[in-house]
Amino acid sequence: MAERAALEELVKLQGERVRGLKQQKASAELIEEEVAKLLKLKAQLGPDESKQKFVLKTPKGTRDYSPRQMAVREKVFDVIIRCFKRHGAEVIDTPVFELKETLMGKYGEDSKLIYDLKDQGGELLSLRYDLTVPFARYLAMNKLTNIKRYHIAKVYRRDNPAMTRGRYREFYQCDFDIAGNFDPMIPDAECLKIMCEILSSLQIGDFLVKVNDRRILDGMFAICGVSDSKFRTICSSVDKLDKVTTQVSWEEVKNEMVGEKGLAPEVADRIGDYVQQHGGVSLVEQLLQDPKLSQNKQALEGLGDLKLLFEYLTLFGIDDKISFDLSLARGLDYYTGVIYEAVLLQTPAQAGEEPLGVGSVAAGGRYDGLVGMFDPKGRKVPCVGLSIGVERIFSIVEQRLEALEEKIRTTETQVLVASAQKKLLEERLKLVSELWDAGIKAELLYKKNPKLLNQLQYCEEAGIPLVAIIGEQELKDGVIKLRSVTSREEVDVRREDLVEEIKRRTGQPLCIC
Amino acid sequence: MVVREKILDLVISCFKRHGAKGMDTPAFELKETLTEKYGEDSGLMYDLKDQGGELLSLRYDLTVPFARYLAMNKVKKMKRYHVGKVWRRESPTIVQGRYREFCQCDFDIAGQFDPMIPDAECLKIMCEILSGLQLGDFLIKVNDRRIVDGMFAVCGVPESKFRAICSSIDKLDKMAWKDVRHEMVVKKGLAPEVADRIGDYVQCHGGVSLVEQMFQDPRLSQNKQALEGLGDLKLLFEYLTLFGIADKISFDLSLARGLDYYTGVIYEAVLLQTPTQAGEEPLNVGSVAAGGRYDGLVGMFDPKGHKVPCVGLSIGVERIFYIVEQRMKTKGEKVRTTETQVFVATPQKNFLQERLKLIAELWDSGIKAEMLYKNNPKLLTQLHYCESTGIPLVVIIGEQELKEGVIKIRSVASREEVAIKRENFVAEIQKRLSES
Repeated sequence: MAERAALEELVKLQGERVRGLKQQKASAELIEEEVAKLLKLKAQLGPDESKQKFVLKTPKGTRDYSPRQMAVREKVFDVIIRCFKRHGAEVIDTPVFELKETLMGKYGEDSKLIYDLKDQGGELLSLRYDLTVPFARYLAMNKLTNIKRYHIAKVYRRDNPAMTRGRYREFYQCDFDIAGNFDPMIPDAECLKIMCEILSSLQIGDFLVKVNDRRILDGMFAICGVSDSKFRTICSSVDKLDKVTTQVSWEEVKNEMVGEKGLAPEVADRIGDYVQQHGGVSLVEQLLQDPKLSQNKQALEGLGDLKLLFEYLTLFGIDDKISFDLSLARGLDYYTGVIYEAVLLQTPAQAGEEPLGVGSVAAGGRYDGLVGMFDPKGRKVPCVGLSIGVERIFSIVEQRLEALEEKIRTTETQVLVASAQKKLLEERLKLVSELWDAGIKAELLYKKNPKLLNQLQYCEEAGIPLVAIIGEQELKDGVIKLRSVTSREEVDVRREDLVEEIKRRTGQPLCIC
Repeated sequence: MVVREKILDLVISCFKRHGAKGMDTPAFELKETLTEKYGEDSGLMYDLKDQGGELLSLRYDLTVPFARYLAMNKVKKMKRYHVGKVWRRESPTIVQGRYREFCQCDFDIAGQFDPMIPDAECLKIMCEILSGLQLGDFLIKVNDRRIVDGMFAVCGVPESKFRAICSSIDKLDKMAWKDVRHEMVVKKGLAPEVADRIGDYVQCHGGVSLVEQMFQDPRLSQNKQALEGLGDLKLLFEYLTLFGIADKISFDLSLARGLDYYTGVIYEAVLLQTPTQAGEEPLNVGSVAAGGRYDGLVGMFDPKGHKVPCVGLSIGVERIFYIVEQRMKTKGEKVRTTETQVFVATPQKNFLQERLKLIAELWDSGIKAEMLYKNNPKLLTQLHYCESTGIPLVVIIGEQELKEGVIKIRSVASREEVAIKRENFVAEIQKRLSES
């Protein structure tokens, strides 16, 4: 027993060591080594029969959705899906896991955050990390050259969860993408139009969409003197400047680039001149005239596309929501052209609150090379798309509803079938069945002889608007008492007219089409 | 996907019609949560690799997560539905719609209530859904775990062989009695006379009259468990009659059902092949919905063992998708994959800007609209796009229309065109769409 306790202690210490290394962002090899040690120790421990302690929880970084959260989620998805459909998108779905090889090498530094499935003798599988790589795989696999599709599903990342800030290991993504070779910037403009429509419809406050271009970034780095090998890592430093949640200043970013990533200070300064700029189409014009930037072919391409984009955005009526921001870098490797990110703006009224309403809620960009990585002949299919970060939106919408004191109903029941006296179960069963068969949403209490008061209370708690009360006298008279829960007004309705009367009151069409 | 969506919509509206609340759980659970809940089937779970954290497995069904949710949140009463994917490492037979990743639609009522009312509602829901899907005639077989166990006891099956014999009986819907008998006697070591006694019972099926008959059965009526089961079934049939669905229900003594956790009534819905479909591939997909009462599951999760009685059902939507898709193929039915109502087109070059302005007006008014992502598309190409994707209306802007301050609205089906003043065109479109 003592041996076991000692072993358990070692496992605990090793586990802490691994966690510590991960927090310090130690090298991948070191972490792997220590994890291997941990697994060996655990294996020695073996199964423990004495421990009957049962842990009732969901896995770390995941959560159940309660009925209340489902109701909020449904409202949000409705708005989003309606918008996607308005723009003519088809819907697809893909499996939750992909072949491990499909996902390998697509996510750069983030690859270590992928969940793998155990090798159980079949194919090696991993849980999908986003919906974009599966989409590219789908296109290549089915030899599709153009499609406009949306996909709403959960994705999985073994990140450090921060549940209060809406960062989970299992979370929903709502993606919309346009694949195909088209005339420039029209689909890109439509993606931005969609982002604006969705964020406006959700009524979660004012927002801003920042836009930049991978080619402008790369061109800017080149003329500032950043060596090619440092591009991606300098990119991720610059990206931090843009994150409102971390409130990082230019000084801190510069220190990271110079101090940690070995960039020459004058190069950092040159970058600083650019990345602190943001504005409208006039900034694009300005940069097209910039003596250094205009020497760089890549940057010019990017600027030219942004100019065209702004023209279309103006025609779409959303240019006032768009800001060309040179500090927008965005993590993922596969972007090749325009990139964008929508952030919520904190209003003065919310100044005292937890800054939950601030931060990025949607993002996307153009990625022309991804499908080619899957195609055996390397055939490219240009793609542009966007992803809505709904988890944060769920929390914001739920907060808003609570603030407005709007009751969130978790069911849609319209009528409760109740009885005023005992021994009326048969009648209730018959009546509720009639209502269901007519397409009316109805319930009854699962009690043979429920008290009327309890039935009425049930309606008030659940927000059910109508009660159909069966009573001995009413039965003889061939009527049902229809009662409004809020007004408490009752009226006798003939049994044969009840369905119609309920439909009229609940605004339902008379036929179930 | 469109077929899937329509079917899921129908299922979910039925669940909502009965006052169920939606809920969702993660795709994976702690391995220890799922271990030892599925009996023989436990080996078919997908495990996640041990990457130094918690040991996890993909959920095998939606019922065990539900029981975990109830215990975790100390919920005593809940009527819920859950539509989600589950994962099983079975031998996939895609032809019959059996996958390793598939969607389940579950409805369950948890709580201590007066007997058989929630159970009857579950069967009512199954009937509403299967009728609503218009898959043809169907039958719901009903039995009770206590009747099955009681029957085994009076026939002389040793308790240790209960589950094994149960799974043999379960095959009677696919195998003939003599083959099942063979399996029980030869493979599972059951005495032949015991097998024959079982045979007398399991080949019986009927309505409430069979329940009455079994009450009178000399052997079965000696068994307390069986009597409880028969009593509940009698009450159930009363309620099903009041619900108007008794004609769809068959008390079938051969219904055994695999999962360990059932404690009372069990049921399974099967499609009946009609004569007109005789020419089709015999789609023997097995059951399309099933369920039962499981009063002990939540107690397995509660630290103090507190029980929460549950009854529920699961709709096998994958098999239904498969059947509906096959039917559509044979009928050659085409289904639209988008809901676009209006297409914005132009007959001339250099009208991109006008199209972008027009389409933004339509979107901002909530109208579903598309245009080609080409600066200068040909009119024919645009009209062809509408025809192939089923878009009913086109708005056309060109030089002439611009001069006259109008938009042409064209019906794709009739090819009729009419000119509408620019400022009225959205209203006109909305009028046409609401009329159709």
